[in-house]
Amino acid sequence: MWDSTTIMMLIEGVGATLYMTVTSTLMAYIFGLPLGIILVLTRKDGLRPNAVVNKVLDFIVNILRSVPFLILLITVIPLTIAIVGRSYGSTATIVPLTIAAAPFIARMVESSLLEVDPGVIEAAQSMGASTWTIVWKVLIAEAKNSLIVGSTIAIGTILGYSAMAGVVGGGGLGDIAIRYGYYRYQTDIMLVTVILLVVLVQILQMIGMRISKKTDKRIV
Amino acid sequence: MEKMIEIKDLEKSFAGKENTVEALKGINLTIMKGDIFGIIGMSGAGKSTLVRCLNFLERPTKGTVVIEGRDLSTLNDAELRGLRQEVAMIFQHFNLLMQRNVIDNICFPLEIAGMKKKDAREKAKQLLQTVGLEEKAKAYPTQLSGGQKQRVAIARALATQPKILLCDEATSALDPQTTKSILKLLQEINREYGITIVIITHEMKVVEEICSHVAIIDDGNLAEAGTVEDVFTRPQSQAAKKLFYQSEHKFSIMEGKRCIRIVFQENSSFEPVIANMVLECKAPVNILLADTSDIGGIAHGQMILQLPEDELIANRMIAFLQGRKLIVEELKDYVG
Repeated sequence: MWDSTTIMMLIEGVGATLYMTVTSTLMAYIFGLPLGIILVLTRKDGLRPNAVVNKVLDFIVNILRSVPFLILLITVIPLTIAIVGRSYGSTATIVPLTIAAAPFIARMVESSLLEVDPGVIEAAQSMGASTWTIVWKVLIAEAKNSLIVGSTIAIGTILGYSAMAGVVGGGGLGDIAIRYGYYRYQTDIMLVTVILLVVLVQILQMIGMRISKKTDKRIV
Repeated sequence: MEKMIEIKDLEKSFAGKENTVEALKGINLTIMKGDIFGIIGMSGAGKSTLVRCLNFLERPTKGTVVIEGRDLSTLNDAELRGLRQEVAMIFQHFNLLMQRNVIDNICFPLEIAGMKKKDAREKAKQLLQTVGLEEKAKAYPTQLSGGQKQRVAIARALATQPKILLCDEATSALDPQTTKSILKLLQEINREYGITIVIITHEMKVVEEICSHVAIIDDGNLAEAGTVEDVFTRPQSQAAKKLFYQSEHKFSIMEGKRCIRIVFQENSSFEPVIANMVLECKAPVNILLADTSDIGGIAHGQMILQLPEDELIANRMIAFLQGRKLIVEELKDYVG
């Protein structure tokens, strides 16, 4: 199996997986971060209480989170075609990945921001800070490390989802594992892809945790 | 003297699931410019809510708060944020930004006020000098002691040159010695910058130490207010008396017997009054409590005496003490 075409295929697989994972994570944060912030601000005891907005967003997030990824992947195919032009390949996979990850990230962001000491928020209010200033300079700045840990968990989960997209020809390591390991019974190639996936998750996890620890000023 | 803060018929209630809690039930209070005004009360009396009404962190349910002629309820959001830069606040748990170092914490209100970064740093350095923490500029809050954190918080509060400084139990998390040094710092700030200071506390010692005026809050009501000297020497309300003898349970055994409280002022310490009284009346008294407090730089002593059961002798003793220009007060309702 160790001919150059197989090795090239595996290397490309790693590249495609990283491409899908990183791009989807970034895209998911573009939607998930504001969503998480709004969820925190509109809470009953938040800076801008708004029961209607809060309940509606909460409901949408819960619905999206409870749809199994594989089902979501198939359901959004028309949308994927509309945006990307086709339903298979790495770039097409980014659409369902983003839709699945955004609500998950919104929840992570929400729980990170809720960890910020309400006393510090009150202090900022007493100084005349606007809601916008409090969001950026207090909530996000103070929750920075928790947010980084959250993004590390998110990226690991999205990497796992990206492998699932192999079922519908999504590209990347998951695709290879299904095509060779499942359809052609080439257990050795499947094993290698699984090991590569594990190693990728480990590396991303380690980088994230290290950054979080290094930048945390609460640790003496 | 100019009026700094005027509180009129202030009410605040919180709607709970089953019932509404009335935290403040109609408070009227005027605080003059340059005062160090203590607001004291047992926990749950409503004093923290009251102080939060002074910068509208809590919006009153009824009544008005007027600061230098501006009725806070008439201000829009932007005006209110502007006002808050003139009414700074410090807290029991300091509430510093944990991810910023000392100097950046002090710069924070200046950033909010829109000051240039370089100017803000310059200003922050001066303020650190004022609170005596120059060498900690680069330290993070976790590396500081409680007293140092409160000093940083004070520097941060002073950054926008406020006219009023609100202190919400600012010394309650500190040990007695640190409390003293923080109070001294507040006093210096009051003298040097003429900032009006409002201090919320449950400790009588804090009021005695630096306040010029005091208001006693009891169960959402204003029980009593005046100069510390007046309230301390001639407390009128039950709540005030309770605060002065916080160790009251010690005297429960005295039930039914006649007790008096005597307050000694500066010039009454030359004569051995109690000894002379005992010699003259030829009856012993029981001293239940005696201590001294420094109020506005003048030593005040207070003593609680249990008088003999013989009414005649007891009355003679009271007359004797009153004849010595001491403040004598019967504590009939107090014991037990």
